[in-house]
Amino acid sequence: MSEADGILRVRQPIGVQYRWSAGPNATSHLQGLIEGRLIGKRCPGCELVYFPPRNGVCPKCARILGADVEVGPRGTVTTFCIVNVPFLGQKVKIPYVAAQILLDGADISMQHLIQECEADEVRIGMRVEPVWKDRSEWGPTLESIAHFRPTGEPDVKLGSEAGAS
Amino acid sequence: MADRCAVVGVGQTNHTSCRADVSIAGLVREAVDRALADARISIDDVDAIVIGKAPDMLEGVAMPELWLAEALAAHGKPVFRVHTAGSVGGSTAIVAAQHVMAGIHGTVLTIGFEKQSDGNAMWALSVPIPFGMPVHAGAGGYFSPIVRGYINRSGAPSHIGVMVAVKDRTNACKNPYAHLHEPDWTLEKAMATPMLWDPIRFIETCPSSDGAMALVLMNEERADRHSGPKAWIHGTSMRSEPTAFAGREQVSPRAGELCAEDLWRKAGITNPAKEIDVVEMYVPFAWFEPMWLENLGFAERNQGWRMVEDGLTEMTGSLPVNPSGGVLSTNPIGASGMIRFGEACMQVMGKAGEHQIDGARKAVGHAYGGGSQFFAMWLVSSDKP
Repeated sequence: MSEADGILRVRQPIGVQYRWSAGPNATSHLQGLIEGRLIGKRCPGCELVYFPPRNGVCPKCARILGADVEVGPRGTVTTFCIVNVPFLGQKVKIPYVAAQILLDGADISMQHLIQECEADEVRIGMRVEPVWKDRSEWGPTLESIAHFRPTGEPDVKLGSEAGAS
Repeated sequence: MADRCAVVGVGQTNHTSCRADVSIAGLVREAVDRALADARISIDDVDAIVIGKAPDMLEGVAMPELWLAEALAAHGKPVFRVHTAGSVGGSTAIVAAQHVMAGIHGTVLTIGFEKQSDGNAMWALSVPIPFGMPVHAGAGGYFSPIVRGYINRSGAPSHIGVMVAVKDRTNACKNPYAHLHEPDWTLEKAMATPMLWDPIRFIETCPSSDGAMALVLMNEERADRHSGPKAWIHGTSMRSEPTAFAGREQVSPRAGELCAEDLWRKAGITNPAKEIDVVEMYVPFAWFEPMWLENLGFAERNQGWRMVEDGLTEMTGSLPVNPSGGVLSTNPIGASGMIRFGEACMQVMGKAGEHQIDGARKAVGHAYGGGSQFFAMWLVSSDKP
């Protein structure tokens, strides 16, 4: 059977708009991105630094995150994917490198785009730095950073962080 | 002490990329009718129904448990809906088993389903997280860096993923219900398929499927009176952990190790690689076979790929993995875990047809979901525990 035989399938697009409450724990992080600064938070229990501060709770020991900590701006690639797949709503031209970057001073990596080098030049352990958009485009989002690029520093030999997302 | 529980009926749909001939309700009903027929009971004999599927976003239809009640003949019966992302088919079967083991219900019907053609899972799994960088690209985009981490730390040669993929696609040709029937793959042809999410190749990626799986579970008293083959549950286990935390072991999550250790303890298994006859393992991207062999304790850390390379996980090997063709050949996401659990039952019931492992007495069904954060496993046997 097919659509030509009658109403077997109906195309029904759906859309959703929502408001997201950042809460006090993510607000300093988002305010930092408006000002061109990278602000994470330290867990008062295990002392580890989260960037972004996720839900304001340490996912490991469940304590409410505490003091703001400025991290980066440079970081190290812990692992990455070269995306060759087109999909609905895609904002970046393929192929592109989506990398996990461990910012200096942070204890968990975050995902961002690597550019200004060939995809096959990206390595685990590569040092990178952010390239910010024009100040007029800064907002409460990691999209304030256009991408990361290699710094040219020697690669870092990673231990257990290699492969961590 | 929990009551004993056995699976007495297994029913699945013919899985394919688009079941335009049926609604979601029709798809679910097809699996249910087959499971009831396999158990030789009627829907009236069922005391409770436990249904699971992956995120509602995948079809864009919310709370299917509400409106599927009629297709499931749920009048006057308890209906429960379970959700644990991709592992849901496994955790749903476990919740069903727990109702029996707790002595609450004598006969429970459980169903896992997904009708991927009704929605767009790649889109649903790529929705930008507020204030993040929109570079995430579906499940493949999530798991590819973790696969790279495994290759990097284990030193596995690049053809291991392809070996798993060709094995599973070849096995699927013996399974009439499998989505993909592609008998002509060779290692050379498979190595030449394009990198979608480098280092994950096209051949190493699961398809997008419509399908459902249903199981009928009974308590010991009823199962003893039932004359058909049975799969006795020797142990079930579920564990979870946050998707991301500092220092998280992403390649071999601790929650998966804990889940497997708990399963082996409950089922009295001391040497899994020796004592288990066949595994139906949740492998949506081929490299997860060696990764889960290590996570479950079938291989030492960084050594799982050697079992693949030595052919031990082929149907003729010492530990066949996914004789059904696995998730790599059939992936209706919300059903995929229950297909693993049901296929494990079929093996010990002697009902697996052409992909039967001769003499299989102990089989494991395994599922994982989310960012490798939910794990569900059970061990079934032809013998009573």
